[in-house]
Amino acid sequence: MTPFTSLLSRAVPLIRDNIDTDAIIPSREMKSVAKAGLSDGLFAGWRYTAIGGREPNPDFVLNDPLYQGATILLGGPNFGCGSSREHAVWALAEYGFRAIVAPSFNPIFRGNCIRNGILPIEADPQPLAAVDGPLAVDLTSQTITTPDGVTTRFAMEAEPKRMLLEGLDPIDLTLELRARIRAFRDKDRGMHPWHYLDVTGNSQ
Amino acid sequence: MTAPRTLFDKLWDAHRIATLGEDSDLILIDRILLHERTGGIALKSLEEQGRRVNDPAQVFVTMDHVVDTLPGRTDATIMPTGTQFITATRDAARRAGLTLFDLGDPGQGIVHVISPEQGIILPGLTLVCPDSHTCSQGALGGLAWGIGSSEAEHALATSTLRMQKPRQMRIMVTGILPPGTTAKDLALHILRRIGSSGAHGHMVEYAGPAIAALEIEARLTLCNMATELSAFSAIIAPDDKTAAYLAGRRLAPKGEDRAHALAYWRTLATDTDATFDREEVVDATQVRPMVSWGTSPQQAVPLGEVVPAFDPDQRLSTEDAHQRALAYMGLPPGQRLGDLPIDAAFIGSCTNSRLSDLRRAAAILRGRHVAQGVRAICVPGSTAVKAAAEAEGLDRIFLDAGFEWREAGCSMCFFAGGESFGPEERVVTSTNRNFESRQGPRTRSHLASPETVAASAVTGRITAPADLEAGI
Repeated sequence: MTPFTSLLSRAVPLIRDNIDTDAIIPSREMKSVAKAGLSDGLFAGWRYTAIGGREPNPDFVLNDPLYQGATILLGGPNFGCGSSREHAVWALAEYGFRAIVAPSFNPIFRGNCIRNGILPIEADPQPLAAVDGPLAVDLTSQTITTPDGVTTRFAMEAEPKRMLLEGLDPIDLTLELRARIRAFRDKDRGMHPWHYLDVTGNSQ
Repeated sequence: MTAPRTLFDKLWDAHRIATLGEDSDLILIDRILLHERTGGIALKSLEEQGRRVNDPAQVFVTMDHVVDTLPGRTDATIMPTGTQFITATRDAARRAGLTLFDLGDPGQGIVHVISPEQGIILPGLTLVCPDSHTCSQGALGGLAWGIGSSEAEHALATSTLRMQKPRQMRIMVTGILPPGTTAKDLALHILRRIGSSGAHGHMVEYAGPAIAALEIEARLTLCNMATELSAFSAIIAPDDKTAAYLAGRRLAPKGEDRAHALAYWRTLATDTDATFDREEVVDATQVRPMVSWGTSPQQAVPLGEVVPAFDPDQRLSTEDAHQRALAYMGLPPGQRLGDLPIDAAFIGSCTNSRLSDLRRAAAILRGRHVAQGVRAICVPGSTAVKAAAEAEGLDRIFLDAGFEWREAGCSMCFFAGGESFGPEERVVTSTNRNFESRQGPRTRSHLASPETVAASAVTGRITAPADLEAGI
């Protein structure tokens, strides 16, 4: 995973309540068993003039030339609600977004962001939407700074911060604890044998 | 003396292998469920990284999301690339030695329907699935929650997840649901009251006399909609109904194991003095048959009420969101929902496709017929539900009433590029999400109970079951 340290970009304002993962990547746009090839489907229902089409809707903010190449997205409350589909985050990442600022995130979506190097920032996006120019986001200091030098701090827990900053693979980290996991399961099997099945579906 | 603990605390503590840092624990995962939509990619990605499934016996795979539900189905799908999802998932599941409920298998069905049915979820277990409605299964007293595909890879490779313990919220439901109202109406009532992020990030425990009175399948419906509150998940303490429901299920403990399990399950309930980060009290006696009018599940009202105008005093929605929903749904404020003509009626999904749901809908449809011009579809949640329904003749009632009777799957709960309802068609649906274009391009979805869907199908307009019976 690409480590996240800082970025400098204009922020795309898409501040609507409850932007769901069906809106971020409609199910019909998830065409193959792959994590790539999804960015064309990003916000497809709003971004194009017709369902299934590719003619840009000029009224949709992502099609505004001002925001081409932007890596920060401003969203509304409960961003990423609905389906757990990680395809929503893969599509956002492939399109180029590296940070999302919203008043709140759906918990599964937020976890998916962290797993894919997108920084979810819980903050009020409205003041940032009024800024004409690039925002500087820095994860180490947990700050957003406007071109005028106004700095806002945001909260981030230690574990996701470390994962993002170092671009760590959590599976590798956890596999280092393999012996502890095995010992815990062995002990637990003694207490709750019915929790453990063999491949025929019988408890071990 | 140990401090009083909640049901969730007890399950968390019993599964905590290690503390990873100031705010993170390594949690043991007992069961992993996968479907072809988001599970296939997890298995494929795991293989590509040269990793193995740690314990294949704890993993169950089903086909539900993109499979066709028309009679005589095969691997071919109406969705243009659906076959690829089915075959990739099947092949990866076989290579990894996982239990697979394939097309044609009597165990096949919607993941959250088959898991309780087979005793895969049990009280006291942790269970994850890359599907947001995994919270449904908390109804059995297990800790079950939805994750992304990357987290699923982690669970498959390690039998664990790295977790931050979520905050906790109890929703105490006092009184008893009035006759003619259901768990679905209760779920929509709660959504209307606290909003689509009303349980944001919290583990919700549903408790109180109204919950104790619910049968297990109704509890599954209630917990199913917890993700629509943006909850981490939901759970209900196991009780005698849970124990009775699980007796004899294929993977549930038997014999001596069952005796030990029953004793263990009795220790899990929240201690009397345990505290929650938040508490909500809901009076079940105030619940009425509900229907959604907008594009978020919180935008729901009792059937007799009108589509609301924006209320600046409420804090659950912005004016922009309210107006967008009205425009999308083609509804003016003040419109009586009970008068709205519909184009289609859908009974199915992980919310409301179990045998009790089909029985209650069939009781309304018996001797009646769907209104002219209304397309009506019933999709049982699992192959086992379908077989049980057919054994008691429910399929005949649906078919005689003019409903389509389908094979088990998620079907038209969402539009994946295959079958869908049409643009601006108005659908009354027993599903869980009324998002823009969820059930079809620009389709207008109204969430309701299976009874309300059945009654509405008969009259051709949104109708409360009691009004149909009364001939109103």
